Amino acid sequence: MQTSKPTPRPKERVSTLAIDVAKIREDFPILHRQVDGRTIAYLDNAATTQKPKQVIDTLVNYYTNYNANIHRGIYRISEEATAAHEAARAKIAQFINASSPQEIVFVRGTTEAINLVAQSWGRHNLGPGDGIILTQMEHHSNIVPWQLLCREKHSHLKYVGITDDGHLDGSDYQMQLENGGAKLVTVSHASNVLGTINPVREMIRDAHKHDSRVLIDGAQSVPHIPVDVQDLDCDFLAFSGHKMCGPTGIGVLYAKKELLDSMPPFHGGGEMIREVHMYESTWKDPPYKFEAGTTNIAGAIGLGTAVDYLNQIGMRKIRLREQELTGYALDSLSRIKGISIYGPKEPSQREGVVSFNVGDIHAHDMATLLDEDAICVRSGHHCAQPLMERLGVSATTRASFYLYNTEQEVDRLVESLEKAKKVFKL
Amino acid sequence: MSSIYSDIILDYYRYPRNKGQITSPRIKAKDSNPLCGDVIEIQMQVDGDNRVTEIKFDGHGCAISQASASMLTELVKGKTLDDVRKIAKENVLELIGGELSAVRMKCALLSLKVLKTGVYTYLGSLEESKEEISNLS
Repeated sequence: MQTSKPTPRPKERVSTLAIDVAKIREDFPILHRQVDGRTIAYLDNAATTQKPKQVIDTLVNYYTNYNANIHRGIYRISEEATAAHEAARAKIAQFINASSPQEIVFVRGTTEAINLVAQSWGRHNLGPGDGIILTQMEHHSNIVPWQLLCREKHSHLKYVGITDDGHLDGSDYQMQLENGGAKLVTVSHASNVLGTINPVREMIRDAHKHDSRVLIDGAQSVPHIPVDVQDLDCDFLAFSGHKMCGPTGIGVLYAKKELLDSMPPFHGGGEMIREVHMYESTWKDPPYKFEAGTTNIAGAIGLGTAVDYLNQIGMRKIRLREQELTGYALDSLSRIKGISIYGPKEPSQREGVVSFNVGDIHAHDMATLLDEDAICVRSGHHCAQPLMERLGVSATTRASFYLYNTEQEVDRLVESLEKAKKVFKL
Repeated sequence: MSSIYSDIILDYYRYPRNKGQITSPRIKAKDSNPLCGDVIEIQMQVDGDNRVTEIKFDGHGCAISQASASMLTELVKGKTLDDVRKIAKENVLELIGGELSAVRMKCALLSLKVLKTGVYTYLGSLEESKEEISNLS
């Protein structure tokens, strides 16, 4: 499985020069922010990305001109809000090539999407002795909801291990599938620590042969590489708006229509019902069945604009540009004496998420020293403690890139790391 | 912003004083900083006058958490528990020197939090000191 290509079906090769990074940077007001007289170098995109002014303007426009509750208002601005909200759903469906907007459920983010599947589909389908296959590189949000479910249902978790070069262990995966009893495989498309892009298309195909459903945690993939749910044939896909230029508090659960139809509601309340009587109720059809209460209307509309923004540049181009910058970063960082870089060495097999440690400098001390140069990185366990255990470290420093990052910012990072080494007398 | 990483901090980080374990300590406590993963355990021996005769810390984490823990053990050794109660966060920050952001403050004060938890548990006054301890982060 290590040999499979990470980017699905590259149809045409585009020149990376087709991406005008300088022009893109003009769209992001925060990238011009100064801290102590220095422009920030924002390298924490795996945590959250910055917002282009198009998205910010969309939010301002919604609250300024047509803020109203959706679906049931019989007046002009409510109808406008409903139309914009549903248009956003349609754009997102198209963005991931879902067969219908009805397969797009708005949630708060990846975490809520996974919890929805665990609590609705999982509680309905799992029983004692059933298994859930996950991997040692999962984010806590793709571990803990399943632990809660397993505790309740007396089901169990089976972890697929990872190889020393940061890939999933393909033979371990096959063995776990062949052992049988796994109702679900849940796996991140791309690791938020190692950057590894997992061969999910093949993994899904193999899981389906064993009658397992598959959930893809797309938090780190949907923003960075083209994702086509029909081509992947995944049963569920979870992702967050704020990691792809959209607002916080909005995310998406994609699920195949027949699954959504068969799943019981997650939250009960207004908007998700067809009829409510004193002792029983009936539900709306998906996706509304899963959207109880007033949802994040502005967030959904803002995410629609974020999708427009990414589409206008093109996900294929974004992927190639990030691959190019990741290659540059891996080259530059690996020249630093005493650095340990985690994850695959090949930029084509990974995303622009680069975790490292330098000498005996603890990741938190490193982040503090980089902050003195206005460089924003993340340090810690990155909500992936089982992976940290596997790597044998308690923390790493992580630089993660997006379409607006530059080689100059990578140079600043390298320069600042060298400075940190001097401070620590390394 | 001036660097917090003075020669003294680095020295205590790389060559920690009073690091290790005590056999059957009278006082011990352990805590971690879930944000950073810093872990500090403090163990103490006291004599009949409640004077600290021996103190060790153990754990792992960033230079600030480990150096401040080591420095704190030196400050505490030989003091009575009454004096240990009076140690304030300002005393620890003084030992470290330099400026700290709010997030890194938690690293610096973790050892004091552990120390106080241990001492108050031993003195049987942990319940009424909960607020003081939670203000240390």
